[in-house]
Amino acid sequence: MFNRVQKILIPVISVILGLIIGAIVMIISGFNPLEGYSALLKGAVGDSFYLGETIRQITPYIFAGLAVAFAFRTGLFNIGVEGQLLVGWIASVWVGLAFDLPKVIHLPMSILAGAAAGALWAFVPGILKARFRVHEVIVTIMMNYIALHLVNHLVRYVISDQQNTTERVPETASLKSPFLETLTEFSTMHFGIFLALAGAIIFWLILEKTTAGFELRSVGFNQHASEYAGMNVNRNIVFSMVISGAFAGLGGAMEGLGTFGYAFIHSAFSGVGFDGIAVALLGGNVAIGVVLAAALFGILKQGALIMPIESGVPTELVEIVIAIIIFFVASSYIIAYVLQRFKKGAK
Amino acid sequence: MDLLSAIEILVKSMLFASAPLIFTALGGVFSERSGVVNIGLEGLMVIGAFSAVVFNITFAETFGAGTPWVALLVAMGIGGIFSLIHAVATITFRADHVVSGVAINFLALGLGVFLVKAWYGAGQTGKIPVPMYYTKIPVLSDIPVIGPILFNNYLTSYLAILAAVAGWFILFKTPFGLRLRSVGEHPLAADTMGINVYKMRYLAVFISGVLGGLGGGVYAQTITQDFSGITITGQGFIALAAVIFGKWHPLGAMGAALFFGLAQSLAIIGSSFPFLADVPNWILLSAPYILTILALAGFIGRADAPKAVGTPYIKGKR
Repeated sequence: MFNRVQKILIPVISVILGLIIGAIVMIISGFNPLEGYSALLKGAVGDSFYLGETIRQITPYIFAGLAVAFAFRTGLFNIGVEGQLLVGWIASVWVGLAFDLPKVIHLPMSILAGAAAGALWAFVPGILKARFRVHEVIVTIMMNYIALHLVNHLVRYVISDQQNTTERVPETASLKSPFLETLTEFSTMHFGIFLALAGAIIFWLILEKTTAGFELRSVGFNQHASEYAGMNVNRNIVFSMVISGAFAGLGGAMEGLGTFGYAFIHSAFSGVGFDGIAVALLGGNVAIGVVLAAALFGILKQGALIMPIESGVPTELVEIVIAIIIFFVASSYIIAYVLQRFKKGAK
Repeated sequence: MDLLSAIEILVKSMLFASAPLIFTALGGVFSERSGVVNIGLEGLMVIGAFSAVVFNITFAETFGAGTPWVALLVAMGIGGIFSLIHAVATITFRADHVVSGVAINFLALGLGVFLVKAWYGAGQTGKIPVPMYYTKIPVLSDIPVIGPILFNNYLTSYLAILAAVAGWFILFKTPFGLRLRSVGEHPLAADTMGINVYKMRYLAVFISGVLGGLGGGVYAQTITQDFSGITITGQGFIALAAVIFGKWHPLGAMGAALFFGLAQSLAIIGSSFPFLADVPNWILLSAPYILTILALAGFIGRADAPKAVGTPYIKGKR
């Protein structure tokens, strides 16, 4: 439907329109948009501390975006990244706290525990879709809330003794890096970003360079044709959800072992999983796109934290901008239509 | 605690917690019956709660005791207008319904908290000056035993049940309802019969916005009594679950919402019941979601969505 130029133009135009509407909102509510956006930029990349914080913020976004995008490529909509991320978070911290092992074993084991928990959480909607044709959107939404309540229960009654947070994971299971921290004036930047970039490469390898990935994409394009060509559609659906959940779980492990180093009671969702939907959409569901979109969202989110102090603009402006961007990307039909009109007009 | 007062607390809190869910779920039924998926119910509740609270705080002196009711009307209006964004995106721009719904949720929360911070200088508003109160229904509330239990509640709880009955009547007993359902089942056939598919869907989404706004307004003015980023946390999604658990039927959705309201209130007061003391809280909190998944999987009766739900209607395309 869209050619290659449009595939790149549509996200770019959407971002620009989102920022313009954000500026209009600022003007209407009595703020100076130039001040607002320059404060945002300064808060995101202004010095090495802010840059470190932004990179730390980008890390879970890459994983969440990859998770949504992976399922998308098989024609599945995984809204459950938020829940899968939470169970990945708690599982990685749990394994981090429960064992006493050398770092070379302990850290990978904790990270993989996060991936496994996320995969398990996504397996449920996958198998329900494959066996009973239950729509994965509804099931993943419901699984989000079950995850939230279950994780809070685990934090309070199982892992800790009626506390709001768990203990910190020992150094052997931590992603924290004193080197990266000193490099960025003691920001919370950790090793996770390298894992996230590796995750993006693995994402690309699986989907573009393996037979399994070919099958997954094929099912995403046309289930019936894939079935006719002898592919097992149901198995691919489950497989896709499991990998997607594993990516989400890894995102949770980054938060649990890197950013925070512990798990805590969530009164509401972290939002990273939902932002992952926006990241995947904006990134066109390809690895490089997801990384770029995650970088943009990381900058927006991190920069937003400084906006109120520097310019008085509430941080929520960024939520509005993100929502508008999603609307425009989702309505790409109309943007493509307008672009075509422009082309015709030029001729 | 004796059994009677336990039942009284339970029934009252069920009616109290489920009223907003019933309104919002009804909105979901209208939207989905016309073929438009509405994940944005949560956002519509947020915007309703925001409008009602801000109106209540600003105009309490002008409208006095009637403020909460006028605030509900305002919440309905703004919810309706807000839902038109979803309508334009999904119906005219052919955006993915789920994606647009997600964006609605982002936008509502972002806009609500942004404006609260811009206007009040803090992350949450103050308490509303005129909240809603229990209303004793004359005569009926004097009936022994059941009177105080059933007839001394928020008026909005009764309105919610009436609205569900009205919703059933409109959807299943009027030509308008038949048309609305037909565009959700088979838009091409409906179009052939001269029904304006786009108009019906716009109307249905608008109704869902009105009802979602109402649900949010009721929630904020009875339960939280202020507005912040965590006023509405998942109630819209519980309402969505009620739509599905109630099999896209207004009365079914009402029953499901009542049941989910009960589950929610049990999670809060359940520890005072001996037979529930051993059930972990998270199971009760998650009950609506677990049950919905089971219902969808066919363990508790099959739930089938309207046929054309989630698909844009493109005129002239077969």
